[in-house]
Amino acid sequence: MPDALAVRGLAKRYGSVQALKGVDLEVGEGELVGLLGPNGAGKSTLVKIAVGLVRPTAGEATVAGARAGSRAARAELGYLAEMFRFPGWYTADEVLELHQRLSGSRGGAAERKRLLELVALADATDRRVDGMSKGMQQRLGVAQSLVGEPRLLMLDEPTSALDPVGRRTVRLLLEELRGRGVSVLLNSHLLSEVELVCDRVAILLGGQLVAVGSPHDLSRPRGVELETDEGIHRVEGATREDAPRLVAEAVAAGRQVYGVSVLTSTLEDVYLEAVGGETS
Amino acid sequence: MTAVWVIVGYGFREAVRRKMFAVVIVLTVAFLFLFWLANHYVFKDLSTITPPRDVNVDTRTFAGAFLVGLSMFATLFLGVVLAVFLTLGAVTGDAERGLLQPLVARPIGRSTLLVARFLGAGAVCTAYVLTVYFAGLLITGLTGHWWPDQVAWPGVELAGGVLVVIALSLLGSVVLSSTANGIAIFMLFGAGLVAGLLGSIGHALNSHTIEHASAVASWALPFEALYQDGLRMITEHASGLTGFLLQLGPFGGAYVHGWGIRLWAVVYVLIVGTIALVSFARKNL
Repeated sequence: MPDALAVRGLAKRYGSVQALKGVDLEVGEGELVGLLGPNGAGKSTLVKIAVGLVRPTAGEATVAGARAGSRAARAELGYLAEMFRFPGWYTADEVLELHQRLSGSRGGAAERKRLLELVALADATDRRVDGMSKGMQQRLGVAQSLVGEPRLLMLDEPTSALDPVGRRTVRLLLEELRGRGVSVLLNSHLLSEVELVCDRVAILLGGQLVAVGSPHDLSRPRGVELETDEGIHRVEGATREDAPRLVAEAVAAGRQVYGVSVLTSTLEDVYLEAVGGETS
Repeated sequence: MTAVWVIVGYGFREAVRRKMFAVVIVLTVAFLFLFWLANHYVFKDLSTITPPRDVNVDTRTFAGAFLVGLSMFATLFLGVVLAVFLTLGAVTGDAERGLLQPLVARPIGRSTLLVARFLGAGAVCTAYVLTVYFAGLLITGLTGHWWPDQVAWPGVELAGGVLVVIALSLLGSVVLSSTANGIAIFMLFGAGLVAGLLGSIGHALNSHTIEHASAVASWALPFEALYQDGLRMITEHASGLTGFLLQLGPFGGAYVHGWGIRLWAVVYVLIVGTIALVSFARKNL
């Protein structure tokens, strides 16, 4: 079975700006991949090429084996744009019905009800979009992207307008989707969120992938910290495997050991190291 | 085809929900009331006007044709306002506001989307133009007991003119921002009207150069030619001094007319539509 998303040598130039410089990336079946990078790194361009909103200058992108942008490819994916809006005069239920008809979904009222419940909008079925808060509209956008049970979900900053409760709702939803085998490409600036839910992380910088791997693989040991009667003592370069020996040595030296911590870099450390503090 | 009708319905709902549509309806009602008032006073005063014996003018035909011509101009203008506001931001404007991307990401095809927007706006504007045109005819007919020589065709051509404007506006929406597109289309509309008036002046002055320039403008902007052809048809049987005087006026009628310009208008819409579809297919959103 082909990957949910496969990108090979993808390049995109906007006039004199080279937004993507030969990117290779795959999102496997049921895999949740986080796409990270500073503003202007090319994340949204990559997502837009995969959805068919932007034409690549070179390279290719396929969705479930179909050329990105083709009807077959678009039939397999759900998309939440970074900047999106629904007509203000539509109700939440009507927005989903419109997208059901456009995607050919046969889910009917039951699917709409289930999706609105998933994003905690069950009470807002008949509320018009122009009467919704930004967070509610964002959650409705997430529900819209799930219409027709897509095989691949492309989410561009899905939690940017959400409060902590809304973010948690989306995070739980992503975990549920992974359980159902839905592939997700999540473009987000919220590193903690990506670290919590993503199987793999890809970091883009200046149109190129600078790091790809699971959050665990990307993180590096940063030493072991011992809390003793003489205070906190940090052993740089030590790993988890060194911890028992370090504790034994401290005890043998007559120290009282109250605690031991194995230090690893967080995704934020990995990210900052990869992008070199760059932002725009 | 299902997706086409879904988008047509989407566009139709958008049209009738916009406040602009309510504004156009209010303006239309105001116009029709004022038009009735004008008809009432013109035909009331007509009985007191006695042209000299050697001036053989059918005053009722002259007044009726002038008033219906005025009503056709207002109908075209309001129809174009409606058409432009329904379509000026259909692509770039909607993309900038984030309304377009969720639709384009669906498996419906960009050509389907654009054709459906044309059909949706076309249906709304055609219904509007025909309603206002026939309302104007009824007001003049019932108030002044004067009916044009051709009743249906001028209305059809007015609607056709608005469809040409819709095609141009949709093409403009692909390559221009909403504001730039709105300005461009109204400037084209104004240029077309000026060219039509220029033709009347050229005819009165017997200047073939001016008439030629007007004819070129008619082929370049066929919505104007269709409107002028509609004007021509409301008094196509008027002859003698009445016909001559009507030709001199601002609602005199076309110098380019007939099936040639009608068929060209259809081809023109197809050409403009094809350019719009190709441009939209290549556009980054």
